[in-house]
Amino acid sequence: MQFFRPSSLREALEIRAAHPEAMPIAGGTDLMVEVNFGRRRPGGFLDVSRLPELREIRREGRTVRLGAGVPYARIIRELPGQVALTQAARTVGSPQIRTRGTVGGNLGTGSPAGDALPVLAAYDARVVLASATGTRTLPWHDFLLGPKRTALAPDELIVATEWEAADGPGSFSKVGTRNAMVIAIAGLSLQLDGAARRVRVALGSVGPTILRAPEAEAFGAGVLDEAGAWSDPRARVPEDAMARFGELVAEAARPIDDVRGTAAYRRHACRVLARRALAWALDDRRAAAMEAAS
Amino acid sequence: MPVTDRIAEAGKGAIVGVSAPRVDGTPKVLGEFAYGSDLWVEGMLHGATVRSPHPSARVRHVDVSGALAMPGVRHAMTAADLPAGRRYGLDYADQPVLAEDVVRYAGEPVAIVAADSAEEARAAAAAVRVDYEVLPAVTDMEAALRPDAPPVSERGNVLRHVRIEHGDPEAEADVWVEGYYEVGMQDQAPLGPEAGLAIPAADGGVDLYVSTQWLHSDQKQIAPCVGLPESKVRLHLAGVGGAFGAREDVHMHIHACLLALATGRPVKMTYGREESFFGHVHRHPARIWVRTGARRDGMLVNCRVRLLLDGGAYTSSSPAVVLNASTFAPGPYEVPNALIEGTCVYTNNPPAGAMRGFGAVQVCVAHEAQMDRLAAALDMDPVELRLKNVLHTGSVLPTGQVIHGSAPAREVLERCVALPMPSDLPAAFRDRVTLPGGAGNVGRGEHVRRGVGYALGYKNIAYSEGYDDSSEARVRLERGPHGVVATVHSAAVEVGQGLQTVLAQIVRTELGVDEVVQMGADTEVGSAGSTSASRQTVMAGGAVAAACSRVREHLFARAAARSHAGATLAGPLRLADGRVFAGDVAIGVVADLLDPPLEATEVYRHRPTARLDGRGQGDPHVMFAFGAMRAVVEVDLDLGLVRVVQLGGVQDVGKALNPRGVEGQIEGGAAQGLGLALLEEIQLRDGKIANASFTDYLLPTILDMPPVVSAIVEEPEPGSPYGAKGVGEGATIVATAAVAAALRDATGRELSRVPVTPDDLVGISGPRTSAGPAPIPDVPGPRPVYEYR
Ligand SMILES: Cc1cc2nc3c(=O)[nH]c(=O)nc-3n(C[C@H](O)[C@H](O)[C@H](O)COP(=O)(O)OP(=O)(O)OC[C@H]3O[C@@H](n4cnc5c(N)ncnc54)[C@H](O)[C@@H]3O)c2cc1C
Repeated sequence: MQFFRPSSLREALEIRAAHPEAMPIAGGTDLMVEVNFGRRRPGGFLDVSRLPELREIRREGRTVRLGAGVPYARIIRELPGQVALTQAARTVGSPQIRTRGTVGGNLGTGSPAGDALPVLAAYDARVVLASATGTRTLPWHDFLLGPKRTALAPDELIVATEWEAADGPGSFSKVGTRNAMVIAIAGLSLQLDGAARRVRVALGSVGPTILRAPEAEAFGAGVLDEAGAWSDPRARVPEDAMARFGELVAEAARPIDDVRGTAAYRRHACRVLARRALAWALDDRRAAAMEAAS
Repeated sequence: MPVTDRIAEAGKGAIVGVSAPRVDGTPKVLGEFAYGSDLWVEGMLHGATVRSPHPSARVRHVDVSGALAMPGVRHAMTAADLPAGRRYGLDYADQPVLAEDVVRYAGEPVAIVAADSAEEARAAAAAVRVDYEVLPAVTDMEAALRPDAPPVSERGNVLRHVRIEHGDPEAEADVWVEGYYEVGMQDQAPLGPEAGLAIPAADGGVDLYVSTQWLHSDQKQIAPCVGLPESKVRLHLAGVGGAFGAREDVHMHIHACLLALATGRPVKMTYGREESFFGHVHRHPARIWVRTGARRDGMLVNCRVRLLLDGGAYTSSSPAVVLNASTFAPGPYEVPNALIEGTCVYTNNPPAGAMRGFGAVQVCVAHEAQMDRLAAALDMDPVELRLKNVLHTGSVLPTGQVIHGSAPAREVLERCVALPMPSDLPAAFRDRVTLPGGAGNVGRGEHVRRGVGYALGYKNIAYSEGYDDSSEARVRLERGPHGVVATVHSAAVEVGQGLQTVLAQIVRTELGVDEVVQMGADTEVGSAGSTSASRQTVMAGGAVAAACSRVREHLFARAAARSHAGATLAGPLRLADGRVFAGDVAIGVVADLLDPPLEATEVYRHRPTARLDGRGQGDPHVMFAFGAMRAVVEVDLDLGLVRVVQLGGVQDVGKALNPRGVEGQIEGGAAQGLGLALLEEIQLRDGKIANASFTDYLLPTILDMPPVVSAIVEEPEPGSPYGAKGVGEGATIVATAAVAAALRDATGRELSRVPVTPDDLVGISGPRTSAGPAPIPDVPGPRPVYEYR
């Protein structure tokens, strides 16, 4: 078995083209588990963890570009403004896993339980892919195709994800029966975007892949509109509308029963989390406006 | 002075009664301790096991030819190749070494292979072709009792039935409360998986280094299956990474010995995490139906219990577990009338056996829920109701056994109530990580409610029902390069509970030496019995104390003879400061009296116990230890997520030989009980384990485990060494029930099943219901089935 450790993206892509049997490995926190369990026997490894191009965090205007090889621990330290993403990063595994694990790996695995993924979906993020012959950028939903199925071509590497930082608060919540080191039973990320007057909600672990809740999003944007909350953050959204929002998000879930939880509970959790997340976002916006006013 | 403030003097080894640092602590923390999985010898082969994927099937044919043709593969064996005995078991040898004509549970070993590397062995195991004819499986414990159920065992499906009749079981009461309870299948989940190394010896025998709980019981089971006399099967303890009952049964022992003897090469076998779930017995899942009757003033009148345990496919220690569960079913309370019917059945589920608490855990969940229910029905404080009925010295148990020893149940509960409560800062003002589910950022304190629950429980120490329970130890006192050294040789197994530390304390106390050397546990010394049933502090401790006392007698005799030949001694002999005194007169220096060294071997036995008669009457248990736990929990009522805020444990230990060790047992036991209350369950789907990994079998992490406050009650047990009782199980027994009670308090829900799920806490799933108690099997009396069939 061969182990490649290129020092530049260019070199990595050439190896990737020449040795499609070598699996890319970043933190190894998903891949090595598969190998240890004997579920995978890669013909080789291509270590991407030292590629400087993948370890960058860049901001250009409102655009945030997060290198695929940036571990969660760095996200928490270096991207505090991306609240939902840092909250998701904090819920991943344990300190050891957060030191090694990367968002690129989370995308590469493409599990519906990947905690960074609902955030990327709520951010309307794009995935930047490169091969020796060029680069392409896919919206997140064109990259995540199904349970552990992605659009990554055999000669490609994930280079980065990028998104436009939203004008408004956001959050990520994860329900698990244990307080750490737990695979989500349900995950939810909500992002308010005041400039676009949009509410974006994405769900993890409650469907074959990451799901958005378009009806709920439209409803949410509408009720904020009706309440005048987009222009006046102090305006209150009626309780029944908050409840209806939770209901619509729950309806967007497509959960199943498995050893970790029941479909009924997963749907229920989506309802509760959605309502809470919207309430927090409105509270945070209100608090920010009041602070700005004082 | 609180017992845990008794700390060893600086620079001196601790004696009995003061907190001693663990002798194995530093190497374990530094990662230098060698566990069974670290065993290695030049030229060793690696073994692997082929296991049945079916819970019930006929084995039509096993073809190892493909495996044998693979690179590095040295040997393969099936049932057809077994050289001698074909079955083993703790008390009843019903478990096939390798499956014969049928497999009775998913995970049952069918073939074994040995290869140059572990990788090659695993690949070879995967290449063994087994032709199965799948048969109908009995995977539900109540279904096992149906007349038309296929017989799982050759002896039918009733493993044992215990009936205990006490007073007038028809006695009427003012108030009755009725409940049905379920307990899921918990796993011991020791962090060190099963491991051992078998080395063929020049004399035709075999030396097995293995992680286990009882070397001599293993030896007895291995020898007939490898066709050797016991003297040629020598066992040596390998580092044990936790046991909790999982290592009472033989796992890879016989397989590795067979492969080693067949190949003439050392063979190592280590289970991976997944295989470990198939490689040992689990805690018995239980269904319990209880009717509790009381007078209006709260005095218990009658207790009627029907309990069913799923023993899985083979006997293991089930006969003793169902006996325990039955005798403790009403809880640590005086009840003048009772009818207890306990049944353990065979099913095609994975075998159940010993796990910390051994039957007492399951019934504690039920009897404590019943006491809370009764308190509610009587509009009485639940603690007060318990105190009104609590057992004490002189109480008569449902078996008619009178408690002659110490039984400070009242003090245990009262001390528990008095433990300091945690801060009750409202949820909204706290670090969000401390909220239920807080690490997942699921709330800002919405709908969080606190609940408090108590549980009291008890259990027997050491072996019961007339078992000849003994422990041997050898102690040698000699001059070493730096002074007097005592060497202890005992086959008692350290599983991480702190036994070696306690034994060293005993030697220091008895012989006044500072330097104590402990020989590795092996079968070169007589049996110490099992490290289970909370028994080794009493049993191995008793043996070591007895051997020390014999050595001391010899020493005194030598001192008297050498110094005062013929003269009258100035008083009784005693040891102090390395010298032998007669009264206040020093008559000899210990170091000068040890040529030749002094040695003694002693066997300790506890007082005999008796079997139950046909009405379940008798004197089955040696002594009892009581424990109480208070759980404070917070529940997010919308999400059904829980944070246990604090566990407060009090344990009755007779005498705390190493108080810090007792605290450790309380904390660890509390964690294991919390696990069963909230997280830990082997999920079976048609007899197959669906979550055989630490990804899906969830153990509590440091973020789930709250601070534990504890207190130790010392009321010496008459006749026991130092007045000690065992300490290993008390907290585990009560923690699950206490957490469940606190969850009921917080949510107002019935919660009749553990582990409690978020679905239960938000009401998606209601309390478990039952169409009525399971039928009582038609078998005679309480004797173990293997005796009367
Ligand atoms: C104990 C433990 C706890 C965990 N807890 C969580 C949790 O709470 N939440 C969660 O979401 N996950 C969790 N995980 C899973 C894992 O840590 C995450 O999915 C992590 O993001 C994976 O990143 P990695 O860099 O380690 O990926 P790797 O294991 O290195 O790779 C994962 C996959 O992505 C591919 N890949 C990696 N980088 C690239 C690239 N640049 N281009 C193309 N393909 C690539 C690999 O080929 C592989 O298929 C846990 C894992 C463990 C072992």
